[in-house]
Amino acid sequence: MTVSTPHVEAEHVPVAGPYRRMVKLFFANKLAVTGLIILALLLVFCFLGPLVHPTDQIHTQLADANLAPGTKGHPLGTDDVGRDVLGRLMIGGQTSLEIGIAAGLLATLIGTVWGAIAGYAGGWLDTVMMRVVDAGIAIPALFLLLVSATIFRPTVPVQIVIIGCVSWLVPARLVRAEALSLRSRDFVQAMKAMGGGHGRAVFRHIIPNAIGTVVVNATFQVADAILLIAYVSFLGLGVAPPATDWGAMLSKGISYTYDGYWWLIFPAGIAIVLVVSAFNCIGDGLRDSFEVRLQGR
Amino acid sequence: MTESPALAIRDLRVSFGNGGNGGNGANGGDGGDIVRAVDGVTIDVRPGEIVAVVGESGSGKSVTSMSTLGLLPRTAEVSGSIQVGGVDVTTLDAGRLRAIRGAEVAMVFQEPMTALNPAFTVGWQVAEALRLHIEDMSKKQAYDRAAELLAMVGIRDARRRLDQFPHELSGGLRQRVMIAMAIACEPKVLIADEATTALDVTVQAEILDLLRDLRTRFGMAMLVITHNMGVVADIADRVVVMYQGKVVEQATVEDLFARPRADYTKKLLTSVPRLAPGQRRARTRAREQGEAPALALDNLVVEFRGKGGGTNRAVDEVSLTIGRGEVLGLVGESGSGKSTVGRTAIGLIKPASGAVRLLGEPLTGAKGRDLRRLRRRCSIVFQDPASSLDPRMTVGDCIAEPMVINKVGDRGDRDDRVAALLRSVKLDPAVRSRYPHELSGGQRQRIGIARAIALDPELIIADEPTSALDVSVQAAVLDLFLELQDRLGFACLFITHDLAVVGLVADRVAVMNSGRLVEEGPRDQVLFDPRQDYTRRLVAAAPVPDPAAQRERRAQRLSL
Repeated sequence: MTVSTPHVEAEHVPVAGPYRRMVKLFFANKLAVTGLIILALLLVFCFLGPLVHPTDQIHTQLADANLAPGTKGHPLGTDDVGRDVLGRLMIGGQTSLEIGIAAGLLATLIGTVWGAIAGYAGGWLDTVMMRVVDAGIAIPALFLLLVSATIFRPTVPVQIVIIGCVSWLVPARLVRAEALSLRSRDFVQAMKAMGGGHGRAVFRHIIPNAIGTVVVNATFQVADAILLIAYVSFLGLGVAPPATDWGAMLSKGISYTYDGYWWLIFPAGIAIVLVVSAFNCIGDGLRDSFEVRLQGR
Repeated sequence: MTESPALAIRDLRVSFGNGGNGGNGANGGDGGDIVRAVDGVTIDVRPGEIVAVVGESGSGKSVTSMSTLGLLPRTAEVSGSIQVGGVDVTTLDAGRLRAIRGAEVAMVFQEPMTALNPAFTVGWQVAEALRLHIEDMSKKQAYDRAAELLAMVGIRDARRRLDQFPHELSGGLRQRVMIAMAIACEPKVLIADEATTALDVTVQAEILDLLRDLRTRFGMAMLVITHNMGVVADIADRVVVMYQGKVVEQATVEDLFARPRADYTKKLLTSVPRLAPGQRRARTRAREQGEAPALALDNLVVEFRGKGGGTNRAVDEVSLTIGRGEVLGLVGESGSGKSTVGRTAIGLIKPASGAVRLLGEPLTGAKGRDLRRLRRRCSIVFQDPASSLDPRMTVGDCIAEPMVINKVGDRGDRDDRVAALLRSVKLDPAVRSRYPHELSGGQRQRIGIARAIALDPELIIADEPTSALDVSVQAAVLDLFLELQDRLGFACLFITHDLAVVGLVADRVAVMNSGRLVEEGPRDQVLFDPRQDYTRRLVAAAPVPDPAAQRERRAQRLSL
C-alpha cells in the first residue's frame, strides 16, 4: 500500500448532490409546501400552545361543564367535565402526534431493514421472511391493536410499539422489491469483490438507494398511524384518562351529538383531517421530487 | 451523376427546447435552454447508394435519421427540408407521414428485441407491415408474402418461422425479421440506425452482407448510421462524418480513410483500435522463481438452473492460467460464458465443479476472512460505469470504499490516496466531491479503474471495460489502462468481444465459444495464425477500418 503521495489540501467544492436538487424540487411543489406549513403550525399549536393558553386538564370542574365556545377563558368552550376544549386539543394533539410520528418511524425502520435483508439475501431466507409478512398482512391491524390493548395497559410507549409492530409490513414489501433489483447491480457486485460483507451491502448500498421509497412511505406510515391511534381511542381502548388524544376526544363528543355540542366533535375531527392531509401532501411532494431526480440521471 | 437523389436532406436543423414547463425536470430554473441536436446538415443519398453517417454519441446522427421519418418528439423544432422521392417530409401531416413510413422510407433499429412486439408471432408482424400499406391484401396473401420476405432475407425454413415468437429467435434472426419488415413494401430508402451494433461480429458480417445484397437487388438507397468505422469501411460508398450536430466531412469511403481532411475525422480514425501484429511489446515481468500464477482455473464448470429444473452449462471445463503481471485477453461472442468466467474467478459466482486458485491460494471453498483477504488482492472493473458506481455515494467515497472495507489507513491517509488515485487516472482531484451521474461515461470508467487499483491489486478482472464508450474515449481509457499496467504490473483478465482491443492490450489470448475454451496462445499466434476454425471465422468477421483491406477480408471470409 503506497500512501506516500504528496499531501493534498482537501478541496471544498460545494456539493451539488442529488439531495440538494431534491430539496429544491420539493419546495417548488406548492401542495407539499402547504402540507409542511400546516404540519409546522399544528406542531407549534400542540407543543407551544399550552404556554400561551395554560389550562387545567387534570381536574374536573363540573360547574363549568359543556360551556359554549366564546365563553370567557374558554374560546372553544368546555367538555362534559368542564375541561377547556382548546387546551385539551393541544395536549390531545401531543399524544396523537407523538404516537403517530414515533410509530410511523418505527414501522418504517423495521420494514426497511426486514425488506432489505430479505431482498438482498434471496433464497430460502427471503421466502421465510416474506411469508411472515404475508401472514401478518392477512391479519387485520385493527384486530391486533384491539387485542393487545386489552392485554397491555395502553400508555404512550406501549401504543407506539404496538402500532409500529403491526404496520411495518407494507414498507417491508416495498423495500424488498427495491433490494431485489439493487442487489444484482454492478456496484453491489463490485463491493463484494472488494471483500465487503453483507452488512455493508445492505446498509451502505441497498438502503441508501431505496431511500426514496422509504422516505415517501414513511410519511404515509405516519398519517396511517395517526388514523390508527384515533380509531383505537375512538373505540375506547386508547390512552387512559385524564390523558387523551384526538380520537378519544371525538369518541366522547359523539355521545353529545344530539345535544348540539358541536365543539366537542369538530375541533378534534378537523385536527385529524388536517394532520393526515398534511402528511399525505408532504409524501406526494417527496415522491415527485425523488422521481424527477431519477429521470434526470 | 445526374440521377435525382432518393433522399435529400437540406440544411436540416433540429433543436430541443426545454423551457416552458416551469419547475418540472432536473433543469428547472434555467428554462429556455436550447439544445441544437442537428445544426445545418445536408445529405444526399442516390438510389442504390449506401451512405454511412458516423459520429460519436451526441453527434446528432440518430436525430437526423429519426427526423427523416418524422419520428422526433413534439418538443423538437425542425427547420430545413427532407425530400423523399421529391416530397418534403417535414411539411406532411400525420396521416400522410404514416403513408410514407414503411412504403417510401423504412427503418431498421438497433435493438431487434425491443423493436419487435413480444406478444405476436413473427409472421403476424411482417404481415401487419404489409397490410398497413397494401389495402386489398388478404390475410392469406400477406402471410404468403411474409414467408417470401423471410426467405429473401436469408431465413431458412421461413414457413415454420412465421409461427414463432420473437423470443424464440436469435439476435441475428430477429434483426433479419426487422429487415424483412422494413423491405416489405419495397421502400426507396432504407435507414439502418446502428442496426448491427447489438450483434456479434460473425452475425454482424452476415447482416452487412444481406444489406449489400438488398441494395444490388432492389436498388434501394441506404442510410447507415453507425459509430463503428469497420462497418463503414465494409459497407459504405460514401461517408458523412458528424460532430456536435454538424457535418464535418463528406467523402467517398476510399478518400475518407486514405485522405481524411477534417481534424475530427483524423482524430476519429486514429482512435479506432486496429488489429496488427506486434503492437504490444512483451511486458510480462520475469516470473520470479517459484511464484504461483496470479490466476489458475482448473476444469472450471459453471451451471445455472434453467426454467423447469434443467441446468444450463455456461462454462464447460475451462482451464486457464495467468502469470504474474500478464494480461490475458478473453474473447468470445455474447453467451460464450466469458463474463461468467471472470465473475467466477473472483468468487462472485460459485462453480459447479473445478477449482479456482488466486495467487496460489484456493478460492473455491475459501470462507469468511480467508476469502476477504484474497479478494483484497484482486479487483474488478465492469462494463457499465454508470451502474458499477453507487449513485448515492460521492466519487471520493466510491474510490475510498475498498480502503474502508479493508480498514486501510485512517481518514487522512485515504483522502490523500483518493487524490493521488484520481491524478493517476488523469482526473482533477476536485471531482471527488461530485456524484457519478454528473460525470461523463469516460470519466466514470476512469473512476472505476481508480477504485480497482486503490489497493494495489495483483490481479484485475476487466469485464468489457471500454465497450460502452465512444471510440475516442475508448482509446484514451485503453492508453491509461496500459500505462497503469506497465507501472503497477498487475496481472489482468481482460474480457472483451472486440478483437482489435484485445490485440492492443493482451499478452496472450484465449477464445471461448458456447462455454468452451476453443483456443489459447500468444497474442500474435491466436489473432494472426489461428489454429481453430471458430477463431478463424471470428477473426475474419471483425471488420477493419480500411475499405481496401476490408474488401479483401470479405472475399477471404466468403471463401472460408
